[in-house]
Amino acid sequence: MNADVPRGRWEIFVETFFRQDLIDEYSGAILQGMVVTIEIAILVVLCGLALGLVLAMIRAYRVWAINVVITVFVDVLRALPPLVLILLVYFGLPLVGLNFSSFVVLWLVLTLVLAAFAEEIFWAGILSVHKGQWEAARSTGLGFSETLAYIIIPQAVRMTVAPLTNRTIAITKNTALGTVIGVSEILNQATTAQSFSGSATPLMMGAIAYIVLFIPIVALGRWIETRFAWRRA
Amino acid sequence: MDAIIQNFFNIPIMTEAFPFLMRGLGTTALLCLAVIPLGLIGGLVVALMMGTKNRVYKWALICVVDFFRAVPPLVLLIFIYSGLPFAGINIPPFAAVCLGFMLNNSAYYAEIYRAGIESIGAGQMEAARSTGLNNTQSMIYVILPQATRNVLPDLLSNTIEVVKLTSIASVVAMQELLYSADMARSLTYNSSPIVLAAGIYLIILWPVVRLLSRLEHRVGH
Amino acid sequence: MPEEVPVLQVDGISKSFDGVEVVSNVSLKIYSGETISILGPSGSGKSTLLRCINWLEKPDRGDVYLAGKRVGRKEDDQLMSDHELASVRTQMGMVFQSFNLWPHFTVLQNVIEAPVHVLGVSKDDAVVRGEHLLEKVGLEAKRDAYPYSLSGGQKQRVAIARALAMSPTVMLFDEPTSALDPELVGSVLQVMHDLRDSGMTMVVVSHEMRFAREAADRIVFMSDGIILEEGTPEEIFKAPKHRRTQEFVAEISR
Repeated sequence: MNADVPRGRWEIFVETFFRQDLIDEYSGAILQGMVVTIEIAILVVLCGLALGLVLAMIRAYRVWAINVVITVFVDVLRALPPLVLILLVYFGLPLVGLNFSSFVVLWLVLTLVLAAFAEEIFWAGILSVHKGQWEAARSTGLGFSETLAYIIIPQAVRMTVAPLTNRTIAITKNTALGTVIGVSEILNQATTAQSFSGSATPLMMGAIAYIVLFIPIVALGRWIETRFAWRRA
Repeated sequence: MDAIIQNFFNIPIMTEAFPFLMRGLGTTALLCLAVIPLGLIGGLVVALMMGTKNRVYKWALICVVDFFRAVPPLVLLIFIYSGLPFAGINIPPFAAVCLGFMLNNSAYYAEIYRAGIESIGAGQMEAARSTGLNNTQSMIYVILPQATRNVLPDLLSNTIEVVKLTSIASVVAMQELLYSADMARSLTYNSSPIVLAAGIYLIILWPVVRLLSRLEHRVGH
Repeated sequence: MPEEVPVLQVDGISKSFDGVEVVSNVSLKIYSGETISILGPSGSGKSTLLRCINWLEKPDRGDVYLAGKRVGRKEDDQLMSDHELASVRTQMGMVFQSFNLWPHFTVLQNVIEAPVHVLGVSKDDAVVRGEHLLEKVGLEAKRDAYPYSLSGGQKQRVAIARALAMSPTVMLFDEPTSALDPELVGSVLQVMHDLRDSGMTMVVVSHEMRFAREAADRIVFMSDGIILEEGTPEEIFKAPKHRRTQEFVAEISR
């Protein structure tokens, strides 16, 4: 570039964050990162929500010993920063002979964290189903499990949609933490490219990749919230 | 089994690392003290602004809020911390971290307040206005107290998140609790400091999580 | 009624909440085809008594027998398992004050849910029977509607159909019309009358005097957890013996 021409603020900005040649060079890497991010996110959401629902349903049987275990499990996972958990699992598993890849470690930790939050949300949902629903079901002869499965859970789930979407989005964003243990998701690709190229352009590319991925999800979340804020017979 | 205790629950190493972690905890506390109030206030301001009748303005605000809810805090942090200097914008590290957290946080708090305010029926506002209170007064004396009480569990929940979020600052070498623990880990080749840090987080946050749980279940959330 | 075995027998039921005895040593015999009205002021324990009959509340003392078989406890005095209790409850239909229809199911689905899952009836058979029952309560047109779109009276009639779908031996009504607007009460009472005429054994806890006067075979008056008086509607309404009963009858006749 011409060092003689005085460079305005805008030029500097573009030069720093939007250098065309770097954009070309690193698009592939960023896209790969996006794929990894998406993969983990989907796996975490599916497994985490399923596990959370199962735990909440188990809790409904009110077996004291089991409930204590579940409560402790959930509390610890809600109280610890995900990054701490990631590091603990990452350094800990090899010691018990399990050699999982960073990808698996990240997936495992985020799934457990989402499950913990989801369990609390589902449980609150189950509790909030009017007692009369249980009574009506039980008095027609439906057993406990049947009542739980066919009558209570469907109603509980409806009430949990809003808090769940929020929480799920927050936790999937934690996929960015994978960079700390070397998972090749977006941030990792971006910071690596940044060190190699000595430019902030890859960082901007990474940021934009996240925005492209998550803004639709956040918007979807908003839409889901308004749709499910409706009728309760 | 032994290897686990050696590597994770090594008391001598924990004792050695303790003072170091305590200093890190101090930094964590400072971060929290800066970010939480700023986030609460910022979020409230944005939520109030979102009450505007102007559709376009409201939409713009929603976009901004969603933007900061969509970008992972770590990305924001790294961007502000290592990206901006490239553009010649040099913010001192602590301020950079605070800024990143605050932007992310205010967005979440704003959403919580907004939901709370919207959940207060229009009837309340009408009643307030009809006793002669103007808009601002109605907000302050009638709407906000009720709204805040309604969303208290969510506010608490988000505040817990902020405290946990400070651990991310370790990635940009801010010497808070986790950074100190990780540093100790690499120096001692032993993971016990991290377990110690986890223990400290638990001691501080577990009671709050329990409290939050109680609140959530009582309100029939 | 001579030496017939009562369809429902309540023996010395007592129930306390928070240290307050709400039902005290109540005994009652109900025979097949009878309609019993349990009346009394608020807090007299009538709803609690009813809920003890199908063990929605666990009695502190006493026993309930349905067609000679003990409810809630087995031969050896052990508590019945959840499964066994559910099985007994198929024989006792219950209608609640707040209807408790399942909001995520249509009217027809509400009616067929239990028969399909509990009795193992095939879905087609359950639907046929369900439609028949809905017709009997006058709501066949609403079979695919959701509860939120129905009026209170309609919801209660669906609730009655739902309880009837299990072909119970006895129907229990807990304040069936208390939550309804006055003009909707009639439609529900009509269904209850029809049910009575068809020979169903019914136990009705209600404030609704019309039904007690017109349809009950026997009235049981409760106050402060005990049965003060029992008798035919004539006896109770025209010539109550206890002062309390007299006060009550005078009050509600105004």
